Amino acid sequence: MSGPLISLRDVNKYYGEYHALRGITAEIGAGEFFSLLGPSGCGKTTLLRAIAGFEDISGGTITLSGKDMKGVPPNKRPTNMVFQSYAIFPHLSVEQNVGFGLRKSGMSPSEKTKAIGAALEMVGLGQYGKRAAHALSGGQRQRVALARALILKPKVLLLDEPLSALDRKMREDMQVELMKLQREVGITFILVTHDQEEALVMSDRIAVMFEGEIAQLADPEVLYRKPATKRVADFIGVMNFLPARAGDGLEVAGLGRVDMEGVYCPQGDVSGACSVGLRPETLSLLYDGETARARETEGVIDEVVYYGDMTYYDVRLEGLEEPVRLSMRNMVGRDVMTVGQTARVAWDPRAMVVFPG
Amino acid sequence: MAQGLSRDARLGLITVSPALVFAVLLLAVPLFTIVLFSFWTQNFLEIDRTFTLANYAEALTDPLYRALMMRSLRIAASVTAVTVVLAFPIAYYISFHVRPEKKALWLFLITIPFWTSYLIRIFLWRVILAYDGPVNGTLVELGIIDEPLSFILYNANSVIITLAHAFAPFAILPIFVSLEKIDRSFLEAAKDLGEGTAMTFLRVTLPLAMPGVLAAVLIVFIPTVGDYVTPRLVGGSGGTMIANMIYVQIFDLSNRPMGATLAVVAMATVTITLAWAILHVRFWVYLSDRVGGGLPGLALVGVAAAIDIGVLWWLWHYGPALFGSAGSLGIMAAIMGGGAILIALLLPKGRWGI
Amino acid sequence: MRFRPLGVFAVFYLAFLYAPILLLPIFAFNDGTVIAFPLRGFTFGWFAQLGEIPALHSATLNSLIIASSTAVLSTCLGLFAARAATRYRFPLKGGIMGFIMLPLVLPEVIVAISLLVVLMQLGLNTSVFTIILGHTLLCMPFAIAILQGSFSGLDQSLEEAAMDLGETRSGAFRLVILPLVVPGIIASLLICFIISLDEFIIAFFLSGNEPTLPVYLWGLMRFPAQLPVVMALGTVLVGLSIVLLLVANWFRKRGLRKAGQEDTGGFL
Repeated sequence: MSGPLISLRDVNKYYGEYHALRGITAEIGAGEFFSLLGPSGCGKTTLLRAIAGFEDISGGTITLSGKDMKGVPPNKRPTNMVFQSYAIFPHLSVEQNVGFGLRKSGMSPSEKTKAIGAALEMVGLGQYGKRAAHALSGGQRQRVALARALILKPKVLLLDEPLSALDRKMREDMQVELMKLQREVGITFILVTHDQEEALVMSDRIAVMFEGEIAQLADPEVLYRKPATKRVADFIGVMNFLPARAGDGLEVAGLGRVDMEGVYCPQGDVSGACSVGLRPETLSLLYDGETARARETEGVIDEVVYYGDMTYYDVRLEGLEEPVRLSMRNMVGRDVMTVGQTARVAWDPRAMVVFPG
Repeated sequence: MAQGLSRDARLGLITVSPALVFAVLLLAVPLFTIVLFSFWTQNFLEIDRTFTLANYAEALTDPLYRALMMRSLRIAASVTAVTVVLAFPIAYYISFHVRPEKKALWLFLITIPFWTSYLIRIFLWRVILAYDGPVNGTLVELGIIDEPLSFILYNANSVIITLAHAFAPFAILPIFVSLEKIDRSFLEAAKDLGEGTAMTFLRVTLPLAMPGVLAAVLIVFIPTVGDYVTPRLVGGSGGTMIANMIYVQIFDLSNRPMGATLAVVAMATVTITLAWAILHVRFWVYLSDRVGGGLPGLALVGVAAAIDIGVLWWLWHYGPALFGSAGSLGIMAAIMGGGAILIALLLPKGRWGI
Repeated sequence: MRFRPLGVFAVFYLAFLYAPILLLPIFAFNDGTVIAFPLRGFTFGWFAQLGEIPALHSATLNSLIIASSTAVLSTCLGLFAARAATRYRFPLKGGIMGFIMLPLVLPEVIVAISLLVVLMQLGLNTSVFTIILGHTLLCMPFAIAILQGSFSGLDQSLEEAAMDLGETRSGAFRLVILPLVVPGIIASLLICFIISLDEFIIAFFLSGNEPTLPVYLWGLMRFPAQLPVVMALGTVLVGLSIVLLLVANWFRKRGLRKAGQEDTGGFL
């Protein structure tokens, strides 16, 4: 089949006066791991629920495999959902939960049992079929929810913040498992999350949403290295913003003058006051005997945050009110510098992203 | 209009409508009817539908009705005070001292008597408090008293005891709920900040429990004002209340308009009294907060309360001679209602949830 | 064990709460016509007498008809209202729910006389039917409170999950919501039954010449010679209420367990 699996055209949603979705347009391909990322209240869950059929949209169209979904109830859509709370039916056993959607499938009881067994096996819960649902842990509930949705072989699996209820270690394990699972079943996953790291790790493409609009839709690397707006840059990872002035070349506070050639301007050419974004890992401290590949500046270390594998430094540069943050990988034979030390900072104009204003 | 509603709102209204229609037909319409009746009069069996305030004039000026209304309020206030004061320690005990897994059992134990026949419980109190009943019998037998006590049956006291028993769970549950809601770390924080157990209770627990206490006050006070069975069974002539008079008007005297008027007056009185009381509590809390609480706050509230209540007391007793019965009641209603409205408009909702 | 003044107070308070209903059976089995200590001896006589009063039997029948009808009617209405209150947002929600719950705090006398005045005005006779209507008005708030407890414990996405998995709206209600609230429905039926069975004021005002058990009991209370019979009948009523209450509580707890929730204790 050609064309995208899901296409959203100018999707709008109003709650009374409140404009929750503002002209969302996007296409999601078959087999893609797609994430909707944004702070709470940005409309990402509303959009997911609109795709699932739980919210009527006020304008625009949602097409799934070329079919307009307007008026199609959730039970008639080729989508299935993993709810944030998992929504495991508490009065049913694990097996009954997983087999819930097979009631109208026309399968024989033995076929059903086989399908349920296979689905549970797939999520690693082969032994848990007879368990009562309320006796499961958070991670197990999530697996049941996955099995319950995937057993119906949907074209799209919708996941509403599925990892937010898990602790950090479990979350990281589940991220990897979900990616494997998605590759295994080969269907489209649409993930809603507010956790940028989670989105970066798992997704093929990410739509970053603010206030009901898609601010940027791109793959994780582009999103990280070439954020379209200052707000996206700020939301994804850490970024230093240095005040600057553009004109004949770029005068960056604390760093000095650079050519406009080679710096990235996502919102077109800038002139006058602007701000320059630099990721912490594009800056580095120079130890004795090292020289910068591009440019260097001197500064005083203001704060040292030691993470084991990495160390974050806040460095005060002359002419800058806020210190800049940079990150260094910790290596054998390289000491962690101390607060108050004067240090040379290497930087590269090619890593700069320039935003107007 | 219907189009302006969301699907959720429409489904919600449709779903709630059976119960709502039922309540409108069997509650709103009847209540409206008795208000209507209160403006009519009855000559023998004929209802005279000309609009008149004569019933109200009579209900508000006749010393008998006034005395009954006042007594109903007084008894209800006493019952409320007794019930809440007795209920608080129990609610506190269950919330703070009973182990979590035993709490449900305790609550259940406390509510069981409530689910048994009201009539029988009240009747049993008559038996218990009777001249030759178990209380007197035991006391005489033990030689503590020579003659059976007579002040505990067929008067206002017996009504208070009996009602305090009947409404106990109503007071305990809301207080318990508000105590349960208190984050235990607040108390630890208070102790950590140097307060002793008693002061922690006074400065943290009690203020946070006040919403529950107020709910308890409402839920006990309103129904007790209109109680019928208890005054009939244990009240004697000195314990008769307004509900008994309403019954007499309707059944014995067949004067439905007068019965309706008394019912409306009773409801209005309860509403005004409660609004006055609750909003004055808001006012007093505000006053006390202005001077920083503590003893000065308490003293200020005491003075304010004394003036407030003193004025009303004076009006009740000496007003009729000066302004006429209706006049003094009007002034009282104006002071209470007006004061309540002023406080409601001018002072923000206090930290006690009122 | 430390001496706990509060604990002692709690025990005394429970004694105060239970004093009347504990005395009841003592005098019901006491072989004497005077309700006073010392006791005379043990007898089943008063209970036996209950079987020989025809008026009591018709009152019992009335009460049972009224209580069962009230239980069913108020639970049905309560189901709708509780569902609306927990599932939907609609305009004036607070006001509407508050109004429906109003009989919970309104003095019963007010409810009773206003109903009576309307009935008289419409020229309708008071009867078993009118008591059912009055009792339903009174029981509905209790039904709503209990059912709201069952409904509000439910995650809203349970229903959505069922629809997502291919069920229609009604299928989702039948397969997921209903099984989870059935214990609440049974508890509500039983509680409404108990309230209606024991209710006096409305029945007294609206019964006409078809008395219920409490109204009949009220009549008996005027005759000192009948007091032991009153005690016996009271014992039966109180015993029945407690048994029904225990059953209702068992169902309520089972419902909570089914939904995997904590018991927060008690109705209301």
